[in-house]
Amino acid sequence: MTDIEQTRAEAPQQQRAAAPPQGREKKLPTRDRWVVITMVTIPLVLVVLLVWVPAALSFALSFGKWNGFGDLDTIEWVGFQNYKDIATIYPPFWPAIQHNLIWLVFLFLFPTVLGMLLAVVLDREMRGSRFYQTAFYMPVVLSMALIGFIWQLFYSRDQGLINDVFGTQIDWYGDPDINLWAVLVATAWRHTGYIMLIYLAGLKGVDASLREAAAVDGAGEVKTFFNVIFPVMRPINLIVIVIVVIESLRAFDIVWVINKGRNGLEVIGALVAQNVIGEATRYGFGSALAVIMMLISSVFITIYLRNVFREERTR
Amino acid sequence: MSLSRSSAIPRSALTTMAASRRTVLRGMALSGLAVGGANLLAACGGDDDSGPSSGSGATVKFGINEADGSGPAYDRLKGMADAYTKETDTKVSLNAVDHNTFQESINTYLQGTPDDVFTWFAGFRMAQFAENGLITDLSDVWPIDGLNDSFKQASTAPDGKQYFVPVSYYPWAVFYRKSVFEKNGWVAPETNDDFMALMDDMQGKGITPFAFGDKDGWPAMGTFDILNMRLNGFDFHMSLMAGDEAWDGDEVKLVFDTWRTLLPYHQADPLGRTWQEAATAMGKGECGMYLLGTFVVDALGENGEDLDFFTFPQLDSSIPADSLDAPIDGFCVAAAGQNQEAGKEMIKWLGSAQAADAGNNAADAPFIAANSGASTSTYSDLQKKSVEVVSAAANIAQFMDRDTNADFANTVMIPSIQEFLKNPDDIDGITASIQEQANSIF
Repeated sequence: MTDIEQTRAEAPQQQRAAAPPQGREKKLPTRDRWVVITMVTIPLVLVVLLVWVPAALSFALSFGKWNGFGDLDTIEWVGFQNYKDIATIYPPFWPAIQHNLIWLVFLFLFPTVLGMLLAVVLDREMRGSRFYQTAFYMPVVLSMALIGFIWQLFYSRDQGLINDVFGTQIDWYGDPDINLWAVLVATAWRHTGYIMLIYLAGLKGVDASLREAAAVDGAGEVKTFFNVIFPVMRPINLIVIVIVVIESLRAFDIVWVINKGRNGLEVIGALVAQNVIGEATRYGFGSALAVIMMLISSVFITIYLRNVFREERTR
Repeated sequence: MSLSRSSAIPRSALTTMAASRRTVLRGMALSGLAVGGANLLAACGGDDDSGPSSGSGATVKFGINEADGSGPAYDRLKGMADAYTKETDTKVSLNAVDHNTFQESINTYLQGTPDDVFTWFAGFRMAQFAENGLITDLSDVWPIDGLNDSFKQASTAPDGKQYFVPVSYYPWAVFYRKSVFEKNGWVAPETNDDFMALMDDMQGKGITPFAFGDKDGWPAMGTFDILNMRLNGFDFHMSLMAGDEAWDGDEVKLVFDTWRTLLPYHQADPLGRTWQEAATAMGKGECGMYLLGTFVVDALGENGEDLDFFTFPQLDSSIPADSLDAPIDGFCVAAAGQNQEAGKEMIKWLGSAQAADAGNNAADAPFIAANSGASTSTYSDLQKKSVEVVSAAANIAQFMDRDTNADFANTVMIPSIQEFLKNPDDIDGITASIQEQANSIF
């Protein structure tokens, strides 16, 4: 264990040594200063214009009732009415929250763990590991919308492969009690490969001497992984957590192609789209849903950022 | 232009929240539309038009909701545009947009820089556009030779003026295979008793009476519409659609209750089945009948020679079975279009029998022309019968998602009807929920 702690502590020290002393206070040459200013300003302007301004406008709109006809002064300001309606008389809302959470837990429990396992197994340079890597990674290049369609061929009640093979009549996409799970399986098909690849890349970056040291100390495969490799991979683990959270909160495309996020497949992203994008133009109501989604995401983002900052401070 | 920008705001806001590739692309396309439109306006603003505003040498912009290569629907509209150019020497600049995209971005489109004439539907949303001043009053274009009073009625907004010119329509009815009916000795039912007897006989022979699919959410609206018209009458139906009647009243409960007793005669698990799959089940003879629009033939991949239909039978002896859904397609002139005069001239021509013939001659499959003077020689038997049935109807509804507020139809009625199909016994809960949500929308 001391080995690892040492390596971890050494890395930043080396970096610090390489940087010039008091680098921040030293004045940069004019040209460099301009380069830095431009490189900070352009992304900043883009982020503000494309993310923060629309988000703020969305927030403002969520207190109004507007069908998109006429000028902005036709917006009827209704205070918290939209939020109240969403929570009390909008039947798809609570199921949607529930489904997003199920999505999150499911992705963590199954495809993420499976992806890690596959990565560890494939990392062992067994025969044909390249082939398996490609095979497992293949679904990742497909869009979620396409995946929804591909699985439709398996799941269709009357014409699907699964029911054909087993002679059953299960309505995989239509029965609200099971369609969420059917969709999650399809999502997992893609997600597993994604996590596997990220993890595999992380594993390749682990110093081989750590494993040797662990082996010399007499640790078995499993023990080596959990006590040595897994802690060293902390940055990758954090990335995986963030990816899983983001993927489950923005779940949208696959349910949208299946049934536009209705009937058992309600998720917040789809509800926003139903109210704003399609023929319906409940801009205020849809914005309120979007704000709720933003708030939920910020909870996770805050936890993540706090973790990252705390880590930097302890360094 | 501030109008179109402002309406683009929530869309772009949304892009950041639920960013999927699709929404991002659409958001980009929309803002592109708004920005590009602004440049266009700036570029040609003023009176420096090179040609005359109408007649020979003028240009009229024609926005259509069928993409190039999308089949007969596009060919017909293109044929009409070409014939108009030939006829009047007016240049038609065609703007062909995919059907769903057109429909979903119509608000932004009309408040930006729309084409002069564009394809649209009769019904509540047409009236909504008229109320908001987005489409041009066409009362000086009417009357149009060959378009009867019921079409004029369908083109009229609540202010009593016409804003629409119909070109074609298609009825919703109960379709069946002639061969299947013949083999089993069945005939189209006239009364409710015949109807129930027919369905029982079908079930006895192991055939599901009604094919049924509602995965997309809208097909079941057709069932609601026809039951409501049969049980509560056309006038009640229309004022219910306009938000003037209670959704949790006894009338609507009666509709759902009747529907509940009919559900055992429908295919089970409709929520996972598309209308195409349901149509296939009817086509293969697994189901006896299917309540759908005439587009049912499209899913069967045949010309419909073995298909026939009847209108839904009478359910209440005091209400004649003379109303049906027959959505009307047609055209409007955009109020923000730059060439109003040319637009009006073209739309008047588009309503003529000549225009309908030009469209039908340009495509493999004809539409059913609204104009009574149009040639029916290219029609299939189904279409000829459709003309008879619709002409005989006393009242024509446009289908729920065209007859009522789009917000209400899409975000309330689709989930509620699906909820009913899952839980047919909770009628009180469902109707109460619909009413609560209706209060917040209308």
